[in-house]
Amino acid sequence: MSFARVLRCRKCGQEYPIKPMNLCELCLSPLDVTYDYKAMSGAVSREKIASGPRGMWRYKDLLPVEGDVVDIGTGYTPLTKATNLGKELGLEQLYIKNDGVNPTYSFKDRAVSVGVTKACEFGFDSVACASTGNLAASVAAHAAKARLKAYVFVPSNTEPGKLVGAAIYGPTLVVVNGSYDDVNRLCATLAQKYKWGFININLRPYYAEGSKTLAYEVVEQLGWRAPDCIVYPAGSGLSFTRIWKGLDEFAVLGLIKPVNTHMYLVQAAGSSPIVNAFQAGDLHVNPVVPNTIATSIAMGNPADGYYALKVARESNGGACAVTDEELVAGMKLLAQTEGIFAEATGGAVIASLKKLAKVGTIKKDQLTVAYITGGGPRSQELVSDIVKPFVVQPNLESFEKVLGDRI
Amino acid sequence: MAKKQVMFTFPEKLIKEPIIFNLGRQFKIVPNIRRADVTESKGWVVLELEGEEKDIDKGLAWVTGKGVRVDPVVGDIIEG
Repeated sequence: MSFARVLRCRKCGQEYPIKPMNLCELCLSPLDVTYDYKAMSGAVSREKIASGPRGMWRYKDLLPVEGDVVDIGTGYTPLTKATNLGKELGLEQLYIKNDGVNPTYSFKDRAVSVGVTKACEFGFDSVACASTGNLAASVAAHAAKARLKAYVFVPSNTEPGKLVGAAIYGPTLVVVNGSYDDVNRLCATLAQKYKWGFININLRPYYAEGSKTLAYEVVEQLGWRAPDCIVYPAGSGLSFTRIWKGLDEFAVLGLIKPVNTHMYLVQAAGSSPIVNAFQAGDLHVNPVVPNTIATSIAMGNPADGYYALKVARESNGGACAVTDEELVAGMKLLAQTEGIFAEATGGAVIASLKKLAKVGTIKKDQLTVAYITGGGPRSQELVSDIVKPFVVQPNLESFEKVLGDRI
Repeated sequence: MAKKQVMFTFPEKLIKEPIIFNLGRQFKIVPNIRRADVTESKGWVVLELEGEEKDIDKGLAWVTGKGVRVDPVVGDIIEG
């Protein structure tokens, strides 16, 4: 049985039973799952978690699900000490959490695993989402596992590799002709009309909770301590807020000491409404029209922007934006120092980390975790200029002549 | 009758115009404001519109034409 008790409005505190809904009927603000932490604290311990399955569901007691889960093997991804990259950036305690090695190559599997589990519990026979790639793949994969129908909406400029990444799982794949805004408006209308489990609309409060495991795992992998600094990318800003919630929950449950982690939020300069608000000292996140190659975080009107902004401020963290050129350089730097091929969003994280370290915002002895939220292979075309092979004839003479000094 | 929940973001030049009042009057829509933050230089309003579906659609097209940004109240639905 789950320790989830009610859905509660973030603004006015109005409570609702656990059901598929995401907005407060009074003030139209987002709803969050709340738990009975007193009862939960009696059920969880470091030992119990450590003896659980090697994946995100070892934290099942902290997630809002009741029975069997829809699991495709997500979580417990590597946390690697990045010695080489750390030397480049002047950071002595740098770790990379590589969530690009999840089953569909992104952290979305964590959130979707919870969202689709709830879809099954609520009795939906179909799930849906609108996505620029990663979410589409994850929803389609989990729907396949759960034997649900999946409707996946993508904008017409979605890269072919990302279409394949979703289509392979057999969803109904719909390409929408129009801008991101057009896709948003269409899906808002569809979500009202059809009785689907729309993974990031009526299932959003549950979907959100899966991202807490990004924090839990890092804490456990570090030997039950929270990092000094976290660097994390933000599209909607939702998972950034859930990492903070995850750390806080571990402290509330007495699993770790009170948290003093500085949360640094990363966006691409071509779509940086949250960073803009942070830097301007604004309380409101003003929408922008996204224009960046980092499509995984190209959200112009981030649903949780205000709350992500609040976390960055409350944690004495910060916000950083990098250009497309800088993030491509970040992708290459990570690959060539640590052997990790991240998608463009990961490049933005590394490029931001470089900036934050250079100006001394993140100090060299601070234990810092940079999150890679998606794997690189789907973004291959962004770094195709890296392919400059030596072409030789199949004989020794040609080989030595062409390679010259490189031998 | 249909209901639609939307967020209007106003540019500075439109802050003083009674756009929501005119939207309601011209298109026979009942606007029900739930949250808002309006200053001299910028403003946003979260509201629920109630009326005939075609009137709401026409009204939103008129508001957009005036220069107001209209978004789903949940923000961007599309994600990475």
